[in-house]
Amino acid sequence: MNALLTVENLHKGFVLHGQGGTALEVMHDLSLELRAGECLVLAGRSGIGKSTLLKMLYGNYLARRGSIRLHFSDGPLELTDLPAHAWHPLRRDVIGYVSQFLRVVPRVSAVEVVMEPLLARGADAWDARTKAETLLSRLNLPERLWQLPPGTFSGGEQQRVNIARGFIGEHPLLLLDEPTASLDAANRAEVVALIHEAKARGTAMLGIFHDEDVRSQVADRLLPLDDHLMAKTTHFPGQPS
Amino acid sequence: MNRSVLPRPDLERPALLDVHNVSRLYGPDKGCQEINFRLHAGEVLGIVGESGSGKSTLLRVLAGLEAPDAGHVAYHSANDDTLDLYAISEARRRALLRLEWGLIHQNPRDGLRMGVSAGANIGERLMALGQRHYGQLRAAGQDWMGQVELDPGRIDDAPRTFSGGMQQRLQIARTLVTRPRLVFMDEPTGGLDVSVQARLLDMIRTLVRQLGLSVVLVTHDLAVARLLSHRLLVMRRSRVVEAGLTDQILDDPQHAYTQLLVSSVLTP
Ligand SMILES: Nc1ncnc2c1ncn2[C@@H]1O[C@H](COP(=O)(O)OP(=O)(O)OP(=O)(O)O)[C@@H](O)[C@H]1O
Ligand SMILES: Nc1ncnc2c1ncn2[C@@H]1O[C@H](COP(=O)(O)OP(=O)(O)OP(=O)(O)O)[C@@H](O)[C@H]1O
Ligand SMILES: [Mg+2]
Ligand SMILES: [Mg+2]
Repeated sequence: MNALLTVENLHKGFVLHGQGGTALEVMHDLSLELRAGECLVLAGRSGIGKSTLLKMLYGNYLARRGSIRLHFSDGPLELTDLPAHAWHPLRRDVIGYVSQFLRVVPRVSAVEVVMEPLLARGADAWDARTKAETLLSRLNLPERLWQLPPGTFSGGEQQRVNIARGFIGEHPLLLLDEPTASLDAANRAEVVALIHEAKARGTAMLGIFHDEDVRSQVADRLLPLDDHLMAKTTHFPGQPS
Repeated sequence: MNRSVLPRPDLERPALLDVHNVSRLYGPDKGCQEINFRLHAGEVLGIVGESGSGKSTLLRVLAGLEAPDAGHVAYHSANDDTLDLYAISEARRRALLRLEWGLIHQNPRDGLRMGVSAGANIGERLMALGQRHYGQLRAAGQDWMGQVELDPGRIDDAPRTFSGGMQQRLQIARTLVTRPRLVFMDEPTGGLDVSVQARLLDMIRTLVRQLGLSVVLVTHDLAVARLLSHRLLVMRRSRVVEAGLTDQILDDPQHAYTQLLVSSVLTP
């Protein structure tokens, strides 16, 4: 199988105009490849740029230089200069993202938060609800919470809503920013199971996991980001297909 | 070697509005100038910026209410004609506002007829589309009151007997009942208290998705912009200083002014 995602010589910095134009270099010359059905795990100290990389792949942060390409059956699509209006359908259909924290929308119930990615594609509301409820119960979210807005939920409860929302769309590319950070062992195991199921249907995943145990269960490869702002990825052992 | 099996999604949508070099100035840097963008079908475009930056001026120009000093606005109408908004007659522009567009004012008093009943307010735009059947108009009125969470039992009451938040919901019902292709909103939740705001925002979000509306939304509230818009234009002193995907503009702003704007609020 060829790569589904290729990143080449990616650079990222922030210019803080409010602080006299201070320039903060965060990423230098990062390259990686990701194939369908594979889970690549980003590693490195806090502040090295792991979340920043995921956000660039999601269009949330602009890349300064370099290339991010998705490979479709009819050829590649460059994301670093994708017009803003194209990101919306791309996120709806291709790139899923589980952020580290749920962004709470007032008045929208947990089950509706989870249904939304399907409804955005025009899915049947009843189907979407059934799928959402299945995921929420797998993640052991008490049923009495399903109809409540997650604003008052605990950190771990909110995160499980967020995970359900991230997995329900079955996007071909899924970005995971510490989805297991505030979960107990039983729920961590459930997330590991979700990741294995996603792999089996060919989802390409790029994730950040602090928990060594989770990491060893889901990672096919590690991408260590080091302190010289130089990310070095292990290369594919060129498997024939 | 296998090639990727991932089908390419359709990333393009038809254009609805094309804005070319539009300017409308009341004085140096007062108003809007050199505005360029395209609005696509199904998109919600937010216009943000400080008070006096020209947001409402631009919205009025886009909605056919105020002729620009320079530039033009092209609207791709439902029957596939491309109309140069200020080359067509005033009557034709008004017809667009009645038939294909909707306009939601910040102050519901500007968008409602305060003296006539809630039902008549909702029915009026349907009648402009040619519906005359009393029973159907009334049923639509009740249905839409329900959709915006107003008690349908109050269909015969005049909006002046409603609270501000109820009036704003009635204005939304009145505007959306004709299922406009394009809706202009100027601070739709301004002036309402926070809990009423949240309810209205949720309602607008749901309706936008269900009806597939295209929206141009003016707001100075970045949290509202984040919740409702797909894309943003950031205005300052009559010009657009930054444009892009909503969460990119709010989380990784490039322009000094946008950085200042974003850092001045708690959590946009
Ligand atoms: N929007 C932003 N504006 C300015 N600087 C930013 C922004 N986002 C991230 N940074 C900076 O970029 C660097 C990398 O941050 P990032 O969040 O990617 O780290 P991380 O590797 O995910 O760390 P952690 O493990 O703590 O989550 C940090 O120095 C951070 O302060
Ligand atoms: N009809 C008018 N005659 C003269 N000046 C005007 C007129 N309308 C607007 N202006 C001026 O143009 C500038 C932009 O006004 P506009 O109403 O577009 O700002 P805005 O961004 O909508 O601000 P706010 O957030 O306060 O509503 C302001 O300085 C305003 O005083
Ligand atoms: Mg991080
Ligand atoms: Mg205004």
